[in-house]
Amino acid sequence: MLHLVNKSPHDGCNLDTATSIMKDGDSLLLIEDGVYGAIKAGKAASLLEGRSVSVLGPDLAARGISEDKLVDGITIVDYAGFVDMVTASDNVQSWL
Amino acid sequence: MPETKKLMYINRKAPYGTIYAWESLEVVLIGAAFEQDVSVAFMDDGVYQLTKGQDTTGIGMKNFSPTYSALGDYEVNKIYVDKESLEERGLTLDDLQHLVWEDEDEDYAEKDSIRLVSRAELSEVLADQDVLFNF
Amino acid sequence: MKFTIQVNEGPYQHEAADTAYHFARAALDKGHEIFRIFFYHDGVNNGTRLTTPPQDDRNIVDRWSKLGQEHDIDMVLCVAAAQRRGIVDDGEAQRNGKDATNIAPGFRISGLGQLIEGGIESDRVIVFGD
Repeated sequence: MLHLVNKSPHDGCNLDTATSIMKDGDSLLLIEDGVYGAIKAGKAASLLEGRSVSVLGPDLAARGISEDKLVDGITIVDYAGFVDMVTASDNVQSWL
Repeated sequence: MPETKKLMYINRKAPYGTIYAWESLEVVLIGAAFEQDVSVAFMDDGVYQLTKGQDTTGIGMKNFSPTYSALGDYEVNKIYVDKESLEERGLTLDDLQHLVWEDEDEDYAEKDSIRLVSRAELSEVLADQDVLFNF
Repeated sequence: MKFTIQVNEGPYQHEAADTAYHFARAALDKGHEIFRIFFYHDGVNNGTRLTTPPQDDRNIVDRWSKLGQEHDIDMVLCVAAAQRRGIVDDGEAQRNGKDATNIAPGFRISGLGQLIEGGIESDRVIVFGD
């Protein structure tokens, strides 16, 4: 399953719920305000440990978040990469 | 039409503060006509949608909570409620409407529609779905 | 693959309409098919032709209209949500006694069944919302 989180981890529980439901083999893509969850120094960084996490590059750039600020091991994708992540998973769960 | 698909409707928002709860229920009711393998999940603040005793007269909005009891008649009888979400909110099953359906294979015996599940169990259920609708 | 895209929010208020659009474009560029784009909740507001956004910013409604027409995509506004929010086509105006229509080119108004059908007929359903 591909999990999409589009809100900041400081705004509600979407990232907490998503990471609590994720199974081994699932992927997480942070989009829109969800990209703030990818920041190494942030409280959500620990939620991402051990998980397959990607972040949408255009949303990072829009928010002025440079790559060096991100948690280690995270993959940055563009919209084409987003599409590929959807086709590579069996289904998609949007944590709205 | 291809073979039956597993469709799940996921509810994570409280009722009345926003329209998502009501408009998602409308999808479930319409979707019932398509004879697919349907489940509904309530988690996080979505569990509040099922609480008893909703009285909307003061806020002047339509009280749509009685509609949940009709789900059984629409053959929507797999209703998953996340245990952790209830506990976090100090709720138990007793605070929720008692939703039932009639099993025509067992002489129309009345059965519970609500399945109380752990987060881990819910994770398995979600993984098994073909389509996940979120609102 | 065949995609159905669900858009739950209106133009400008949330990024959902933008992300959905960029995703749709990328999917088409990769040779995938978009079975339907279904607009629900405030998402139906993506289908009014009466917006006048600032000249120096993207025109979300026009962008949808162009995408739909260029690629012959079925872009559906949910009738119940549209009625609540005042998005009207000729049929709805007649049925509900409205003195105007405002639906943008490339969109049509139809029932929730179109969303379910999208789920059944498509390989993937992706939901963009709040």
